[in-house]
Amino acid sequence: MITRDILRFTFGALGGNRVRTALILTAMAIGVASVVILTSLGDGARRFVVGEFASLGTDLLIIIPGRSETAGAAPALIVGATPRDLTIDDASALTRSSLIRRVAPITIGAARASWHEREREIAVLGSTAELLKVRHWTMSQGRFLPPDDADRAAPICVIGAKVRQELFGANPALGEWMRLGDRRCQVIGVLATEGRSIGMDVEDQVIIPVASAQILFNSPALFRIMAQASSREAVPKARQFVLDTIRDRHQGEEDITVVTQDAVLATFDKILQALTLTVAGIAAISLAVAGILIMNVMLIAIAQRTAEIGLLKAVGATGQQIIILFMTEAAMLSLSGALVGLVIGEAGSRTIGYLYPSLPVGAPLWSVVTALIVALLTGLLFGAMPARRAARLDPIQALSRR
Amino acid sequence: MIRLEEIDRVFEVGDQRVHALNDINLHVEPGEYLSIMGPSGSGKSTLLNVLGLLDRPTSGHYFLSGSDVTSLSEDALARTRRSDIGFVFQFFHLVPRLTAAENIELPLMLDGIAPAERKPRVDEVLDALDIRDRAHHRPDQLSGGQRQRVAIARATIMKPAILLADEPTGNLDQASGKEVIDTLERLNASGITLLIVTHDQQLGDRARRYVKMVDGCIVTDQTRG
Ligand SMILES: Nc1ncnc2c1ncn2[C@@H]1O[C@H](COP(=O)(O)OP(=O)(O)OP(=O)(O)O)[C@@H](O)[C@H]1O
Ligand SMILES: [Mg+2]
Repeated sequence: MITRDILRFTFGALGGNRVRTALILTAMAIGVASVVILTSLGDGARRFVVGEFASLGTDLLIIIPGRSETAGAAPALIVGATPRDLTIDDASALTRSSLIRRVAPITIGAARASWHEREREIAVLGSTAELLKVRHWTMSQGRFLPPDDADRAAPICVIGAKVRQELFGANPALGEWMRLGDRRCQVIGVLATEGRSIGMDVEDQVIIPVASAQILFNSPALFRIMAQASSREAVPKARQFVLDTIRDRHQGEEDITVVTQDAVLATFDKILQALTLTVAGIAAISLAVAGILIMNVMLIAIAQRTAEIGLLKAVGATGQQIIILFMTEAAMLSLSGALVGLVIGEAGSRTIGYLYPSLPVGAPLWSVVTALIVALLTGLLFGAMPARRAARLDPIQALSRR
Repeated sequence: MIRLEEIDRVFEVGDQRVHALNDINLHVEPGEYLSIMGPSGSGKSTLLNVLGLLDRPTSGHYFLSGSDVTSLSEDALARTRRSDIGFVFQFFHLVPRLTAAENIELPLMLDGIAPAERKPRVDEVLDALDIRDRAHHRPDQLSGGQRQRVAIARATIMKPAILLADEPTGNLDQASGKEVIDTLERLNASGITLLIVTHDQQLGDRARRYVKMVDGCIVTDQTRG
């Protein structure tokens, strides 16, 4: 039999029983559409999170006092005494390599902030001018900390948008003096950046020079040091440089942990990929259900078309030809159902993308290809048994029924 | 052309054995016209099914055009049915969703013949059987006689040497039955070997050779002058 005839004959058979055809198409379409929509959601979430992290800079190194035995996982939570403090001198030592572009020492704490009669407890972050670029923040008013000597405890501060709103309300904040603990500082800038960034609410914090913070909190210890490598590729070498430099400065003891964005990113990437695969797997179950439906409906079709099969055999169709005809039917059903499902799934994920513009939805190619292949394979797999049964029909008995 | 030697066909139903064909010996020359008659259950259909390679004998040998087809594989049997044997059934057995022309070209299609080549061959038999104007009608739009002629067209499209008909008029009124018989006899006149199973004595009498079966045995086999 030539291919064209096989297809034409199959089309005829499918058109001959529209309800059956529509039923299988629907089942297959639902299966494929749910795979497409769910994976596009899962992958959208993954890309969203990865994108957020990447916007922080994948060339970032975070240096944390204390040595983490289990690399990677939240080293800040290590209990026990922090062996040796990180200091501003440690931070400046890191600037000596060309592998490292910027270094921002960080101290954190909380203090009472007040302006006129308004006052509240606020997170305070001590750092240097470099921090702005390291964290990719932007200003809405004024300027960030000036590129001063890190040891200079200038009485100035930069405030987050929420702090500005709550302390100053409708009054202009720029140039105003506010109290921070037992010291005073002049507001020189307001941050534009919103949202959270590595555990801190950017809008709800006051940033002061690191030396001022050390006086305010009465401690020379840094909370951590953020360093930006000269490029993403330089990150591993920069990491080694940081470890070596600090070890030299700390009498040969490696008592710090260096976290790179890449490691965090990779972890999140993996978790969300696993999540996407899981929902894809669940959706794939509906494909299997569609497959079983195909098998059932094919068996019914064969029962209905017994006489036709008997006749085909009587006029000289070989068993193989019968199998080819019925397998083509199953394949065409599952494939066209899958195509309809792809269209529905694409439309669905676009609708979601339209409703939630910040979520970068869109089914990844692998899921589209896999859904198509799985649909086709299910069709062939579940079509095989009915087709073989058709091929084995005894023509005399098949024809003896009117 | 056809040579049956000691053919037995035994059906086993439960622990009962039905001897549908019992030591059948039959020799048919090319171009012969045979009618097979006998009471119901005497094994006529079974004999025709064996001859048409739809059924395998339990024992014995069947030589078709000199070669033993008793031990052919299923696929080889299918191909032999396709090219060497035409079958006409009492209930026509046309595919309901296909037009007359499409039903007729089924064997050509199974044989992998290109559509361009099929068209003239289908037209030729449509003309020969006088159903050209019905070519694009589906079976439910045809009369019984027309349906049977479409079935005959399908059975002869591959130009088989043998045409087997199992009660081809059993489902037709007198007039259409007559048309169908005329058609079959015309084909026989142009060379095809024709075997007809029938219950109609008048019809049986028209054949040059007359075979009568009882209980799976051939009891009469006579050729008229
Ligand atoms: N598949 C089968 N299984 C069991 N017995 C069968 C089978 N086919 C035929 N028989 C038996 O074989 C015998 C011959 O049947 P067959 O159909 O050949 O008779 P027939 O001469 O064609 O009868 P009719 O004139 O009624 O068509 C019958 O007794 C029948 O019951
Ligand atoms: Mg019979």
